[in-house]
Amino acid sequence: MFTYILYIITIIFLLLSFVKDRKKTALALKKARNSFLAVLPQFLAILFLVGVLLTLLDSGTLQSIIGTQSGVKGMIFTSIVGSVTLVPVFTVLPIVSQLLKNGAGLMQIAVFICTLTTVGFVTMPLEIKFFGTKAALLRNILAYLFSFIVAFIIGVILT
Amino acid sequence: MKKIFLKYKFFIILAIFVLLMLIFHPQVGSQSLVFTGKNFISFLFMLTPIFICIGLLDVWVEREMLIKIMGKKSGVEGILIAFLLGLVTAVPLYALLPIAGILLKKGSKLSNVLIFLCSSTNIRIPLLLFIASSMGWKYTLLSFILNIFVVIAIAYTIEKVLTDNDKKLIYSNANKLYTNQGEDRLYKNSDF
Repeated sequence: MFTYILYIITIIFLLLSFVKDRKKTALALKKARNSFLAVLPQFLAILFLVGVLLTLLDSGTLQSIIGTQSGVKGMIFTSIVGSVTLVPVFTVLPIVSQLLKNGAGLMQIAVFICTLTTVGFVTMPLEIKFFGTKAALLRNILAYLFSFIVAFIIGVILT
Repeated sequence: MKKIFLKYKFFIILAIFVLLMLIFHPQVGSQSLVFTGKNFISFLFMLTPIFICIGLLDVWVEREMLIKIMGKKSGVEGILIAFLLGLVTAVPLYALLPIAGILLKKGSKLSNVLIFLCSSTNIRIPLLLFIASSMGWKYTLLSFILNIFVVIAIAYTIEKVLTDNDKKLIYSNANKLYTNQGEDRLYKNSDF
C-alpha cells in the first residue's frame, strides 16, 4: 500500500522535475542508478542469504521455536530469530497472533516483534557501509538490548 | 575481473552454496532459489522509487536548506522533524539506509539522522497499525510510548560514543556514496 503511494509521489516529483529542468532530471536519474549500483553487491548477497535462511527456517520450525514458553531462555531464542529474519512484519504478525492464542508467552512474542523490526543482522553489512562499523554495531546492540527492556515492561504491565 | 570478483565476493560464495544445495538437496536448494527470486522482485519494486527520490533530492535540494532543517543548529525543531519523518517513512531497513545516507550527505546532524532511522524502524505508523490489528491497542500504545524513549536513548548514546573522527569518516563516506564515480571508490573500503 505504502509502496503504491510512494510510486505515485515519485512519478509526480519526476514529472515536475522534468518540466522544470530536463538536464537536472537526467542527472538525478543517473545519480539514482549509480547509487543503486553501488549497493547492489550487498543487496544480492542479502537476497541469497535470506533465501537460504527462509528455507532452513520454514514456518513449522519457526512456529515451534516461538511457541516455546521458557522465560528468558525463550526470549533469547525468539530475539535471535527476530534479529536474523528479514521478512516484512505484516507477513509474520498473523502467525504471531496465532501463537499467542495457542499459549505462547507475551514477553517472548514482544521481544520477537521488537527485534524483528529494529535489529537487522543480515542487513548489517549494508548498515556498516552507510554508518561505519562502530555506529552500526552500536545501534544494533542497543536496539537488541532495548527490545528486552521494552518486552519486559510490556509483559509486566499487560499480564 | 579481480575487482568484480571482490565486489561480489559474498554474493558469489552464497551463490555457490545455493548451487551445492541444488545438487545435494534439490528440494532445499530450489526452494531457497524461489524465495530469493521472490525477494529480488519485491526488493526491486521497493527500491526503484526510493532511489529515484534520492536522485531527485540530491539534485534539487540545496545543502544549505537541509542544514537549516536538520543540521547542527536545527535544535528541537530538527529533532521533531527527524522524528516525524521517521514515523511516516514506511520502508524496510535496507531501503531506509540509502535515505539516511543522502540526509547525511546533505549535511544533516548525525543524531537527527539516527533519530529518523530509529523512529522509522521502531514506531513507523503503518507498522503500528499492523501491530494493533494483531496485538491489540493496549499493546501498541504501550510499545509506542516506550519506544519513543528508546529512539532518543539509542540516537544519543551513539552520538556520544562516536568520536569526532568517527563522525568525519561517516560524512566523507556518505559523500563518496553519492558521487557519480562513487561506485569504484566505494568498493575499496567495502566490508562485505
